[in-house]
Amino acid sequence: MTASTSALLTASGLHKTYGSTPALAGADFVIHPGEVVAVMGPSGSGKSTLLHCLAGIVPPDSGTVHYRGKELSALSDARRSALRRADFGFVFQFGQLVPELTCTENVALPLRLVGVGRKEAESRATRWLERLEIDDVRHHRPGQMSGGQGQRVAIARALVGAPSVIFADEPTGALDSLNGERVMGLLTDAARETRAAVVLVTHESRVAAYSDREVIVRDGRARDMAGAV
Amino acid sequence: MVYSPRMSISHTLLGLLESGPRHGYDLKRTFDQRFGHDRQLHYGQVYSTMSRLLKNGLVEVDGIEAGGGPERKRYAITDAGVTDVEQWLASPEKPEPYLQSVLYTKVVLALLTGRDAAELLDTQRAEHLRLMRELTRRKKDGDLADQLVCDHALFHLEADLRWLETAAARLDRLANVVRG
Repeated sequence: MTASTSALLTASGLHKTYGSTPALAGADFVIHPGEVVAVMGPSGSGKSTLLHCLAGIVPPDSGTVHYRGKELSALSDARRSALRRADFGFVFQFGQLVPELTCTENVALPLRLVGVGRKEAESRATRWLERLEIDDVRHHRPGQMSGGQGQRVAIARALVGAPSVIFADEPTGALDSLNGERVMGLLTDAARETRAAVVLVTHESRVAAYSDREVIVRDGRARDMAGAV
Repeated sequence: MVYSPRMSISHTLLGLLESGPRHGYDLKRTFDQRFGHDRQLHYGQVYSTMSRLLKNGLVEVDGIEAGGGPERKRYAITDAGVTDVEQWLASPEKPEPYLQSVLYTKVVLALLTGRDAAELLDTQRAEHLRLMRELTRRKKDGDLADQLVCDHALFHLEADLRWLETAAARLDRLANVVRG
């Protein structure tokens, strides 16, 4: 796979082994601005490890990840963390919201971490909560919300910093079918509107159907299915 | 097994001929054994299919046993026949409910003839997802009736995809069974 000049994030020849278990064995990947790419494959095939390497959370044993032309492994830990906070957004299977904070405070958190003042951060958080139609629970804490509401708060938190890439790992895994589809519709609409790219790890075809194309990870290698039909 | 309208008996018989020439009765017996679980082929279907394949140059008569009659002919696949099977196996089926019988046949034939069955499953999976994307877009823009109609199709396609994934995960075992 060759990275085109407009590619936002590219990975090439990624290898990663945990103990004696190979998770990635020469995986390639490319994503462009505004694109939603589903990463699919059987359990244990290396989907989540690929996402973690792409996001600079886990360093690969070998191979490279370039974001806007910069190689992630060449950055210091501090600069990589700063890049993650400023340019990347994350949504996980269980929202992983901070239980002590209200919805608004949870959504405002990424902005506060990069130095945005409280008032401004909470005002931007409120706009996203309205956009995702959950502003009625903005003073609630995570324990007082349903799973679907919690995931929408997590999406608002991922989007509030205007990231270039959103990493979503099984974002609907804990939701029923209707709530899952609602969450996917909101996530992909918002991402397309803001030209954010979405790396969407999922094992559900109905969730993958919200993507522009899919990549299948099998035995640690990623296959782009765009040209398969 | 109930054959869908897309179940191609001629391609299946052609595929069975790839491993070597066979008599009509042998073709029928092998077809019934592998694919005719609930509904077996009639001799008449085998011979009418063979005469059509002969006319189209996809098979040739390899020998005739003494005694004559259609059941005495031995058929061999031609190069054009091999190309025809190749193209059939490589083309994804139009996604629709109840495709399992034809997909199962394709997977078994790919394994029998040493072709890449995993590739066939991946190509089919991509075709299914392409249609699921289209339906998902229609559903998002549609009213409640559109949503329910699309949901019905999406649930069926999802079931097919689960079957494709299950088959992909069991290919090695199936290959051992098929190749005996």
